[in-house]
Amino acid sequence: MEILFNDYTLNIVVITGIFIILSLSLNLINGLCGQFSLGHAGFFGVGAYGSAFFSVYYALNVPSQVNMVMAMAIGFIIASFCGLIIGGVCLRLRGDYLAIATLGFGEILRIIFMNTDQVGGPRGFTDIPKWANIYWVYVAVVLVTILMLNLKKSAFGRAIVSIREDEIAAENMGVNLFGYKLFAFSFGAGLAGVAGALYAHTQSFLHPESFNFMWSVIILVMVILGGLGSVTGSIIGAIILMIIPEALRFFGHDISSLRMTIFALLLIGLMLLRPNGIFGTFEWGEKRRQKQKLLALQASGEKSGGGI
Amino acid sequence: MVASTLLSVENVTMKFGGLTAVDNVSFTIESKDLAAIIGPNGAGKTTLFNIISGIYQPTLGNVIFNKMPLKKIKTSKITKLGIARTFQNIRLFKDLSVLDNVRLGKHTRIAYNFFDGIFRTSRFHAEEAKIEKECDELLHLFKLDHKKYLSAKNLSYGEQRKLEMIRAIASQPKLLLLDEPAAGMNPTETKDLMELILLVRERFQIAIVLIEHDMKLVMGLAEKIFVLDYGNLIASGSPKEVQNNKKVIEAYLGAEISSNSNGETHE
Repeated sequence: MEILFNDYTLNIVVITGIFIILSLSLNLINGLCGQFSLGHAGFFGVGAYGSAFFSVYYALNVPSQVNMVMAMAIGFIIASFCGLIIGGVCLRLRGDYLAIATLGFGEILRIIFMNTDQVGGPRGFTDIPKWANIYWVYVAVVLVTILMLNLKKSAFGRAIVSIREDEIAAENMGVNLFGYKLFAFSFGAGLAGVAGALYAHTQSFLHPESFNFMWSVIILVMVILGGLGSVTGSIIGAIILMIIPEALRFFGHDISSLRMTIFALLLIGLMLLRPNGIFGTFEWGEKRRQKQKLLALQASGEKSGGGI
Repeated sequence: MVASTLLSVENVTMKFGGLTAVDNVSFTIESKDLAAIIGPNGAGKTTLFNIISGIYQPTLGNVIFNKMPLKKIKTSKITKLGIARTFQNIRLFKDLSVLDNVRLGKHTRIAYNFFDGIFRTSRFHAEEAKIEKECDELLHLFKLDHKKYLSAKNLSYGEQRKLEMIRAIASQPKLLLLDEPAAGMNPTETKDLMELILLVRERFQIAIVLIEHDMKLVMGLAEKIFVLDYGNLIASGSPKEVQNNKKVIEAYLGAEISSNSNGETHE
């Protein structure tokens, strides 16, 4: 039991929770709305640095819980504001071009952290108060999950998904393309900012390199692995991607030293088996429920008979 | 009921670089009209639809819908004003269910706000239930209700065309634009479609304009026909008038070289 529950494993669970929020938020942009963003680590960083800047320099003389809520709100506001500006510029582009533009902006954000002395620059931002813990993280995970599931089932979620499916048809249904794209982009960025605030206040140390391009790719892999557009898929994707590389450390020196290779092979295998991700665009159990409804409908249709 | 002008297209010209796709075209559609736009391939029919539905801004001229000029109004707003359309190459939301496709047609009629959606308020539940009921009725009318939960991509070709029409009607338009609704359908399906179009007009009291190459359908349905050729409106009127119009015959069959023509044509 001591192997399973020590500070090291606890921290992995905390970081897994943070990455669940990140993959859920990227799922909104990339999976539901279909806008290819590669700058997500940048928004993660903006939320982390922004909230940490507040708690190091401007923390109020109130209980730490209140300060933490404020730090999360600040993380959300700053990151979604960045998302609004970057999205406003980039969302006029599509597909690969959008990916490259967001990648550029993500890197710009990182370089700003690197060169701002107040937040430690390349030395890293230290002494951030440890206000959050595993409970904070998982309450946030649950709230974001519910938020995403509700959003997906509402008319606004449907409008966002319709943009992914066919932009011209969506616009003809009365969906304001740019408005919804911008909303999805900045809201997703804001949630990444919340994840950033949680990261800063559980780790108490930030370094610009934690927010480089590689992390954007890893979050993207989580979303794609789980299935683009699937909320439950994003959660599973994040868990798999965070847990497997760590779990492989426990299987002796030989496997431990090859763990990244094994991990890569596992990913390749999974994508070959399920090219649309683990759940595709569906949620956990959604396909089964749909089938049941369809069968029930057919059974009732045989009795009444349809038609004009 | 006195028919009133619903849509008027006034001297619309559309140029793509050096190509004039639509050249100084004017016509009007009255409410409850059933009109057809015909013409050889590349005559500018779909371009005209794209101008009316706001995808293109005309180079010159105006489109006025319900006394409102549509200049610089976004496509999404035009849908809200009451123009719905289908597409020549079907544009369904393929991965979504049939029901979700129709629900999206109702997007402009959603009467709850973002927070109702996020927090699942009673207003959200009431509105969604109402929307689903309306969608069910539409699906029932078009005999697609037993496929409600299937993905749109799993429908047959004819059903996909139907679904696109349902989705357009769901937005409660005053004017419905159908771009080649019978393309790829067999004669039986076309006949069903004709009945369906008449039914839709009767039931929803809307004007319908369709682009179609199937002359049986056009002549059987339309009360007014507009003929386009190389972007010019070369004829308009009742099916009879258009059928006997010399310019139309020339556009479709080519001009006769000898001058002793009797005007006899074969379909």
